[in-house]
Amino acid sequence: MATVSVQQVSKSYSGREVLARLDLDMTDGELICLLGPSGCGKTTLLRIIAGFIRPDSGMVHVAGADVTNLPPAARRMGMVFQAYSLFPNMSALDNVRFGPRVAGVARDEQVSRAKRLLDLVGLAEHAAKYPHQLSGGQQQRVALARALAVQPQVLLLDEPLSALDAKVRAQLREEIRRIQRETGITTVLVTHDQEEALSMSDRVAVMNAGRLLQVATPAAIYREPADAFVARFIGAAAVLPGVAADGHVHVDTIALPARAASAHPVGHPVEVFIRPEHVRLEAMNGHVPPGALAADVRETTFFGSLTRVRLALLDLPQADSIWADLPSERADAFRPGARVFASWDAGAPRVLARENIRE
Amino acid sequence: MNRLGVGSAIVLLLAAIYFFVPLAMTVAFSLWEGGSRYGLASYHVLLHRAELGSALVLSIELAVATAAALVVLLLPAMIFMNLYAPRLRPAFEFIASLPFVVPAIALVAGLTALFTGPDWLVGSPFYLVIPYFFLALPYAYRALDVGIRALDLTTLTEAGQSLGASLWQIIGLVVLPNLRSALIGSLLLTLAVIIGEFTFANVLLFDTFAVIMNQIGQHEATEAAALSVMAFLLTWAAMAGVLIVGRGRAQVGGAR
Repeated sequence: MATVSVQQVSKSYSGREVLARLDLDMTDGELICLLGPSGCGKTTLLRIIAGFIRPDSGMVHVAGADVTNLPPAARRMGMVFQAYSLFPNMSALDNVRFGPRVAGVARDEQVSRAKRLLDLVGLAEHAAKYPHQLSGGQQQRVALARALAVQPQVLLLDEPLSALDAKVRAQLREEIRRIQRETGITTVLVTHDQEEALSMSDRVAVMNAGRLLQVATPAAIYREPADAFVARFIGAAAVLPGVAADGHVHVDTIALPARAASAHPVGHPVEVFIRPEHVRLEAMNGHVPPGALAADVRETTFFGSLTRVRLALLDLPQADSIWADLPSERADAFRPGARVFASWDAGAPRVLARENIRE
Repeated sequence: MNRLGVGSAIVLLLAAIYFFVPLAMTVAFSLWEGGSRYGLASYHVLLHRAELGSALVLSIELAVATAAALVVLLLPAMIFMNLYAPRLRPAFEFIASLPFVVPAIALVAGLTALFTGPDWLVGSPFYLVIPYFFLALPYAYRALDVGIRALDLTTLTEAGQSLGASLWQIIGLVVLPNLRSALIGSLLLTLAVIIGEFTFANVLLFDTFAVIMNQIGQHEATEAAALSVMAFLLTWAAMAGVLIVGRGRAQVGGAR
């Protein structure tokens, strides 16, 4: 268990900057998730922390000690890889006791530690099995036990669930979180799956193009994205470009209620982000309720308990759709082609200045 | 037959005839004792030829020495190339294929011109290990390459490093055990190739198994046929070893 501090870390490949003077501090026992699209630099950052990649500049501190120039084997970090990485010639038990074995721990202690950890990941009865006899989920659990067997200061998880099917992924997600809480090991998880990041992390670090855009709790990342990329990347949102007015954003000829627009100078170019769960729909019944906008239902998508309805606001270009999430039992009333009223609380939309937008 | 189809079955049959008829004739000729008599006389005589036993032992020693040289030189080079310089793969492929296109006689001429010492090596049959290394290189490279490609060497190495192991510990405890069948396959292929090698040994005047076989064939035709059959059996035993080891690997399990 330890704090991790990444200070001004940069990395370039063939002149292309992959990480740009990046700073990140993690507290003891925290699970932080590096989230971003493919190629954003999250795996490079994890591999720099692990010691597999040497940064061009900057430092990595673990528990206050500079580990920037230490080889991976000397860093006492457990790592679980995206690819199945169990040693094929060893049983699950032998895989887990590999770390203690090469560290010269007494054999009895190796075995008892490995058995205890296999029990922790729920695979005590599979100790004698070889990797090819285990499912993908079981292999990753053994890999987790193996990483914990070296009693690491920091646990590094490089998209450990991405090769698994959805159901196993959901189970293992909860299990990793439980084990991380029980052991209290500072953990860095890399993922491009926002659901995984939001459900598992104490804090989420959103990255794009080698930069950290926002580091905050999952709720803050979702509700108060500091950056247009974060707002677009996390969750679903309709993004409409317009100009700020007092309590509204003017998009073409219509005014969209958005209290946050008041924080911007009137007439300033902004983008308004409207999440589907904030949009309410009512059937057209003659008069327009205050603050509501007329819209046509274009299509509906069934997600089980929820149905997502795509709407085209009247007087706006077809491309400027907004979405509304409705309980599926209510959604039958809003079929494609129906004309409806859409409304939302004026405090719900996020409004960001357009010059801040980075892609 | 249902799954093969008539056309495929005919092709297979013709191939089997092409392969087995000469072999069967060789076996029959090796058993011929003149007139209409058949027996094991040729084999009996062969087993009592002292020079044949020593030639066979020498060929096996040369095969073992060549295999050892391949393990010591080629295997680490391939592991390091895969881990740290995958861009060099085309160069490795090219070098490993060269012995196929350079005639043995050209290779031996170049060898005698370039390797003129030391005396203890040049005067010894183990001088042959140098050309044999290149002769067996394509086969050994291919067998090892298949084994290495089946492993995710980079991930396994990084996993080992993250667990505190040194590179040599990883090679010893993880990589080599997982390359066991590839290694045995390459060793048996090397054995099969070297047992039957004639040109180098004959030009360099060393009495290996193939050279002795040729000498016998010039004087005793049926004994030469018996020797051919024995050489076939040895080679097949080596090939069967490759297959059995390969099947064993499939049962024990490998990387996925």
